[in-house]
Amino acid sequence: MLLALILIPLLTAAVVPLAPKRSVGQVALLGTLVALALAAYLTLGRDWSGPDAGRDLAVSAPWMPELGLVFKLGTDGLSMSLVALTALLGPICVACSFTAVTQRVRTYYGWLLVLQAAMTGVFLARDMILFYVFFEFTLVPMFVLISLYGSTNRKAAAVKFFLYTFTGSVIALAGIVYAAWFNANRVDAADPVAKALVAASPDLVLGRWTFDLASLQAAASRFMSAETQWWVFLALLCGFAVKVPLVPVHTWLPLAHTEAPTAGSVVLAGVLLKLGTYGLLKIAIGLCPAGAMAWAPTIGLLCLLGIVGAGLICWVQTDVKKLVAYSSVAHLGFCVLGLFAFNDAGVQGSVLYMINHGLSTGALFLCIGMIYERYHTRSMREIGGLAARMPIWATFMVFFTMASVGLPGLNGFVSEFLCLLGAFQAGDVWRSHPLTVGGTGGNLGPYVAAIAGTGMIIAAMYLLYMLGHVVFGPLREPHHDEHHSASGGAHDAEPRLPADLTAREIGVLAPLAVLCLVLGVYPKPLMRMVDPGVKEVIAAVEGARTQRPATRPVAEGDAGAAPALATQEAAR
Amino acid sequence: MIEKIGALWPEIILFAAACIVMVVGLSPTAAVRRLCAPLAGAALIVAGIVAWFTTPAAHGPLPMLPLFGKTLVAGVGVLLALLLAGTPDREYESAIARGATGYDPIRANRAEFWAFFLFSLTGAMLCAGADDLIWLFLALELTSLPTYIMVAVSTGRNRSMEAAVKYFFLGALGAAVFLYGFTLLYGGTGTTRLFAPAGEPSIASILAAQAAGPGINAVAMTGLVLSFLGVCFKIAAVPMHFYTPDVYQGASSAVAGFLAFVPKAAGFFTILILAGAAGWWGSSPVDAGGSLPQPLHQIVLIVAILTMSVGNALAVVQSSAKRMLAYSSIAHSGYMLVGVVAGPGPANAPYTSNGVAAVLFYLLSYGVMNLGAFAVLASLERRRADGSADEADDVNDLKGLCATRPLLGWTLVLSVVGLLGLPPLLGFWAKLPLFTSAISSNEIGLVIVLGLNSAVAAYYYLRLASVALLESPELTNDTVRSSPFPARAVAGLASAVGIVLLAAWPLNQWAMQGGRYQRVEPLKAAEGTPPARVDAGAPAAR
Repeated sequence: MLLALILIPLLTAAVVPLAPKRSVGQVALLGTLVALALAAYLTLGRDWSGPDAGRDLAVSAPWMPELGLVFKLGTDGLSMSLVALTALLGPICVACSFTAVTQRVRTYYGWLLVLQAAMTGVFLARDMILFYVFFEFTLVPMFVLISLYGSTNRKAAAVKFFLYTFTGSVIALAGIVYAAWFNANRVDAADPVAKALVAASPDLVLGRWTFDLASLQAAASRFMSAETQWWVFLALLCGFAVKVPLVPVHTWLPLAHTEAPTAGSVVLAGVLLKLGTYGLLKIAIGLCPAGAMAWAPTIGLLCLLGIVGAGLICWVQTDVKKLVAYSSVAHLGFCVLGLFAFNDAGVQGSVLYMINHGLSTGALFLCIGMIYERYHTRSMREIGGLAARMPIWATFMVFFTMASVGLPGLNGFVSEFLCLLGAFQAGDVWRSHPLTVGGTGGNLGPYVAAIAGTGMIIAAMYLLYMLGHVVFGPLREPHHDEHHSASGGAHDAEPRLPADLTAREIGVLAPLAVLCLVLGVYPKPLMRMVDPGVKEVIAAVEGARTQRPATRPVAEGDAGAAPALATQEAAR
Repeated sequence: MIEKIGALWPEIILFAAACIVMVVGLSPTAAVRRLCAPLAGAALIVAGIVAWFTTPAAHGPLPMLPLFGKTLVAGVGVLLALLLAGTPDREYESAIARGATGYDPIRANRAEFWAFFLFSLTGAMLCAGADDLIWLFLALELTSLPTYIMVAVSTGRNRSMEAAVKYFFLGALGAAVFLYGFTLLYGGTGTTRLFAPAGEPSIASILAAQAAGPGINAVAMTGLVLSFLGVCFKIAAVPMHFYTPDVYQGASSAVAGFLAFVPKAAGFFTILILAGAAGWWGSSPVDAGGSLPQPLHQIVLIVAILTMSVGNALAVVQSSAKRMLAYSSIAHSGYMLVGVVAGPGPANAPYTSNGVAAVLFYLLSYGVMNLGAFAVLASLERRRADGSADEADDVNDLKGLCATRPLLGWTLVLSVVGLLGLPPLLGFWAKLPLFTSAISSNEIGLVIVLGLNSAVAAYYYLRLASVALLESPELTNDTVRSSPFPARAVAGLASAVGIVLLAAWPLNQWAMQGGRYQRVEPLKAAEGTPPARVDAGAPAAR
């Protein structure tokens, strides 16, 4: 089942180059719809709220025993919700490109499908190296999509995107390998703690080379000293923070988003950025909870910089797409802030944020793409007042902007509120104070939440400012007559689009709008679905908070090497 | 002596084949002369099979290295033979192949090229099995000397001559340095035998005794360091790397592909043998699975860091694909040195902790991937204005290759993305053991440098890949066409298949065997004192 989720897009990608040119899009759409149907069946067809839900779906096969690798796929409600998001955006991305992409269509749909397979793989992988393989492999299709189908500055954008993410993740690989080494050489399987762990869940492999996610998390969170965890977390952070992106390493994002074709932007915003937050949530925090706690204040600060700084940058943009791109930096700041609150509200809100941001920002990019297809510009100076010309489009645009702003009743509000609430509660101020209830202790707190709260206001400012310019006000259209549009050359073959949205375009946007509304009014089912995954993260952090990972058992065999190493570690 | 010859059947076969090729090459008819290349290929296949079945385990610290090394050299050698089709005298041969001119035995090359090709491979095989300093020196020189001539005759142009002369002089310098190192090593230990059965004096056991006692003799240590630095020439590592881009560019692409693998393989076998003799003892013999003795460890570490950083940094600014690949081959040597620094780990270490196995697997992967890239370059030629053909070299010659020649284009893309180390291709599975073994030996800083270098490398590999895959072919660019040697494309395809399949097919098991390490027992202290053995030991060893 899980394997099929990856294989269906992959096989479709293999078929696409053979299809006749006219029906390539249809073939791709069919493949993604089948994948979506399967994902929907898996997501809706079972109760995900139990702690062991989805365990029966796990797939495991020996892979490279010399390296301790197992081909292991698994899922829980949290992963499944993101897989469902990926599967949902699949057909939408295909369908939105029917008129936008007219050249080298086979390559385009082929890579788009490969990208979907790789992203699904990331969420399902339960072996660290398998995770890494999928994580890295998403770079190739995205690189091709941006550099072949993007706008003017596409090559630089693609290279910058690739290099930033690749550099970060290579360092993350060092962290992963270190954790595996630690499990193999510094954890004694005969240790009582280890024995208890293995007794509790017999799948764990402790004291041997493995890259199994659960085993490494059990070993590292229990046995690794806080200082070492700090370093390993830093290594993983290098990989994931670039992807999220957190502030100092976010500069690839506006460029890549702006230059990518519409579907590329949708996938980037919708899913690829979530690989970073998902990595932090599922891999990094579980692996080194103590390290994550130590890093929480710094990351909180970076998030604030992102929320406020990127928000202010948004305000001065004149390129609509760039504005939405920068708004992603700010939004993901909220998402990570909630995550590092390490309490129910925060983490829950963070996971919801991943889904909601994927829906609303993805839809905004779709809307902007539709404008670009018609006017070949995204500059606010050239277009304005489009509500008069395109009422249906304007309705959707306003709707998704409101979802993005966080209007109560739409999905953005729920997650943003939960993230802020989580950050607010996560201060040690509350834990000691007798008059407060609901304080969970932590490294953030009310001040952080207050500053982040201004981010909501800034978001309202720049998004409404954009709406006021583009949708309302006096009608401004770029001067384009037949001669002008013919001079584009490549646009010659394009079918002329009507002024307002076609049925296909409405069909692309409508499901997203419905979901935005449903998740805004009644997010309970989704919250129940992701709850076990959220609880797992919180339990890991609570475990690190209460218990000192003091015992560091030393294997009998390397009595000679261990003391030297221990002193080195202590010296760090 | 007899049992030593018994282990040398693969080399004997290659040597005999080289002699036969020389005779065949004197034939006045073209058809017979063309048999030289198939003969060489067949000899390599036979030698590979023979190596697989007859090479016994040696008594050194790396007992399975000869088996791995010889089979690897023979295996990649077959692909190299395909790649080198049509070399030398490319223009003349391609003119004949196109039917533009008839065959003239006087003008045509005789078979020296193919004989030298086999001699060089023989040398590389001998390196893998060496257990004596003299043998090692001769084997290294047997690997290198034919390559000077191969470079010189690879094209008819003056720049090949220039490249060969440059290569020869710097090669002679390198040889002088490691020969001096070998001499000092002999002076410091009193024997030329690298490994010997337990209880007999050999460099390995004497150095082990010294390490266990007062520390390695300063003379011997100087010898080790100089030998290493001299061999750096063969692997194109940093202080001795200057020749690489010029020589690769001057030689034909096919010969450059040969240079990027065979001398490098021989060099790494030598480094592993020397390091095995020095022992990964660490600061004290108690330190199981430790590092090379200081300062050798420090020097290899610095050379590794410099090599990968310099190679990658300079590759970024190249516009010639051959120079870019030359610098990248420098960088890859740096990666492999990481495995040498990491060492084989404690006894019975798993594959993940065994740096030697990682080096061997990397060597194999690198050989396959690099061959693909050079095969694509060798399969293309650029038409000059005056009608003469030249090899494709500029990055822009590769524009839109995937569209115009899909097989060559995708081979190139797979090769360079593999060299980049992107999962799930072969390069990643080669780099992963380097990561794990270096972390196992606590070289975390080195791992970070390795990782960052991979990221720098991504920049220029991406450029090559995207030129071929993403750029549209220039409409006026009909001057680039395929060269008339399908064998080269076959070599490229074989390596492309390897890049995809070898990742799934666990050859790392084989590398693990090849990297098996056993400690050398220290010679008893009384025998280990160098002055006592200088007179008696040396003649006995001969």
